Amino acid sequence: MSSSSSYNSPCAACKFLRRKCMPGCIFAPYFPPEEPQKFANVHKIFGASNVTKLLNELLPHQREDAVNSLAYEAEARVRDPVYGCVGAISFLQRQVQRLQKELDTANADLIRYACNGIPSSAAIPGSNNPVQPVTLRQRAAPLEFGGVGRPIGNEGGGAFYQAPLPPYPFPYPPLPWNDSFGGDFNGGGGNM
Amino acid sequence: MSTTISSRCAACKYLRRRCPPDCIFSPYFPSNDPQRFACVHRIYGASNVGKMIQQTPTEMRAQVADSLYFESRCRIQDPVYGCVGIISLLHLQIHNAESELAKVKAQIAFLNSDANQELSFRPQLEGHSIVNNLCTGQSSVEQQQIASSTIHGPL
Repeated sequence: MSSSSSYNSPCAACKFLRRKCMPGCIFAPYFPPEEPQKFANVHKIFGASNVTKLLNELLPHQREDAVNSLAYEAEARVRDPVYGCVGAISFLQRQVQRLQKELDTANADLIRYACNGIPSSAAIPGSNNPVQPVTLRQRAAPLEFGGVGRPIGNEGGGAFYQAPLPPYPFPYPPLPWNDSFGGDFNGGGGNM
Repeated sequence: MSTTISSRCAACKYLRRRCPPDCIFSPYFPSNDPQRFACVHRIYGASNVGKMIQQTPTEMRAQVADSLYFESRCRIQDPVYGCVGIISLLHLQIHNAESELAKVKAQIAFLNSDANQELSFRPQLEGHSIVNNLCTGQSSVEQQQIASSTIHGPL
């Protein structure tokens, strides 16, 4: 994170907006001049003043992640103007469903192997390798997605978002941070 | 007969303006769901939403409005990560599922190879198939005695 509000190099935001990059510019730490496209995308989708408002509502240590997630969403929306990130979510949800089915099938096979009389040390109680069906610890909760006229929060209305599959392989860029986060990713404290 | 139902869509009500007959928002932001437009307006702003809808073919505009509403709701509920937090969670779930599937498949492969190994060491008995023996649960000693009595007569 570097500040570019110097005499020599305005940040990407101030360059884009053609204004003087003042010391303390709220964009400067997060939009370095080497990445002009990042701010261009964010500006196109969210607008500079909305981004300023969003950042001002956050604590300073939260802003970098917020900007990176906004940039990610903006890029996804530029690539897929109809579905944006929701297309990625649909795609990933389908993958989770598919894997869960495969896991259920594999567990059923495992139980059949263990219980259908095929002699194996693994089936002997107290052996070193007991047969244990494995279940997905975290089942994906279906996301509520109301269409026009269907308010979210309707008790019987929760359903998967049924976006059609995009006609190309998963086009979304990798996440801007390491997936194996240790802390909570709901930095704002929100829950779906 | 005067109508008491407002003819303005949720967007024009929110923006306190007249709702023209060709309002870009009205098909996707009905007046009975004011929260929907409030969310997208808060995150994207009215003119950005209008531009995004305008630039999309008519038959896809409902999906644009729906997805913008979903993302704006995610962002309001989680101002730091928005819906990218959900994507992270799904990546993690996929990673966990793939690991667990690999473990189960390894267990199956182990059981399979273990069963094959045991079967290959068991002596072949005349007139008896291995499968039949397994089904009757006879021990290998009993099977050999039966084989001997069959060939040589009762003991």
